[in-house]
Amino acid sequence: MKNRPDLRDHGPALRRLDRRMLLRGGLSVGSLTMLTGCNLQDGDVVDKVLWAMSRWNDKVQAALFNPHRLAPEYTESDITNPFPFNAFYPLDDAPEVDAGDYALEVSGLVQDRSPWPLARLRALPQVSQITRHICIEGWSAIGQWGGVPFRHFLERIGADTRARYVGFKCADRYTSSLDMATALHPQTILALDFAGSPLPVANGFPLKLRVPTKLGFKNPKHIAAITVTNDNPGGYWEDQGYNWFSGS
Amino acid sequence: MRHPLLVRITHWINAFAMVCMIMSGWGIYNASPLFGFRFPQWATLGGWLGGSIAWHLAVMWLLVGNGLVYGLYGALGGHFRRRLLPLRPREMLADIVAALRLRLAHRAGTYNAVQRATYVGVLLLGILILASGLALWKPVQLHGLAGLLGGYEAARRVHFLAMAGIVGFTLLHLVMVALVPRTLPGMITGGALPEEAP
Repeated sequence: MKNRPDLRDHGPALRRLDRRMLLRGGLSVGSLTMLTGCNLQDGDVVDKVLWAMSRWNDKVQAALFNPHRLAPEYTESDITNPFPFNAFYPLDDAPEVDAGDYALEVSGLVQDRSPWPLARLRALPQVSQITRHICIEGWSAIGQWGGVPFRHFLERIGADTRARYVGFKCADRYTSSLDMATALHPQTILALDFAGSPLPVANGFPLKLRVPTKLGFKNPKHIAAITVTNDNPGGYWEDQGYNWFSGS
Repeated sequence: MRHPLLVRITHWINAFAMVCMIMSGWGIYNASPLFGFRFPQWATLGGWLGGSIAWHLAVMWLLVGNGLVYGLYGALGGHFRRRLLPLRPREMLADIVAALRLRLAHRAGTYNAVQRATYVGVLLLGILILASGLALWKPVQLHGLAGLLGGYEAARRVHFLAMAGIVGFTLLHLVMVALVPRTLPGMITGGALPEEAP
């Protein structure tokens, strides 16, 4: 009976499908336990309302975002050790990127599309920060990241900083995107280092975006390509229902 | 004194919004429990973390908007002053003792000292849960508020404890309604006219 399908093999795919049914899935629970008299049986309508509210919350957060407000910085003694690993896969499945072959790709509304090997990124000005990483799950941890101010990088590649979005594609097939105002924030950095040494695999080797004004899932790891665009690129979690802006 | 129409409307909108907020909040809590337990899945709203957050951050507008209407009406229209004040510890103690001996009669249209203190208390918890919720949603943009609560991690605990206090109030409130069921139609139709003291 070798060719009998094993459900367990499809666990991750099923879970993804389950998530995609998002708010609808939760609705059966919701509508059952919700107070009587509220006819919320039609999952699709409530789903649409929740998505519309999430887009409204994007706008409110963009308006609340102060480009000069800095996330609090901490001292070395505040650093969380060990720093938790978190991804949509277990640590064993984290991508092994070859440092020698690596070159960051750049596309979209930029003047200079030449690729960026690690040495070229290292030659740019470097800064360091000790900030709190806040996960959408609720937990938080303080870490130290070092790298290139993202604003500097965007200026360097001649990006159109009047464009609305910056999109990220990663070696683990993760994707995410930022609003331009956040991309230009002084604490948004293209991180090469974690705790003073090159990023370990668990923390996103070779390149991670560190954005202390966003929730953790908006800090993509193992970045392979960056694009500047006016069409919202969405993202792995954003497309499933996590609020797109998710600013802190 | 009957329950004013505005109080009745905001009461039921609040009941709906609060249940949504608590159940979706429990779903969010379960993603990274602060304490050594999780809430049962059937008591949560949203199905998964993304769904729970979508509910929480959508219904918050209803809860806060409704709370603002009620709060402005209560503060400016004299409703709070007439119904919830004064708060006198001596009176409260006497009423608590009477309540425990089951000698505290319900007088329609007026609150005893324990009721007044409880309602004021839950309103203060409402302010606390809003403040800590805002600090968790915007710990950077509102970092002054987050700092006031002791920082992000402390704000999580404050938010949880305020929720626990509000859930405790709600249970007590429901027990009281079950003991004095004639108060329930009052919150729908407006209720009985005051009983004159003999």
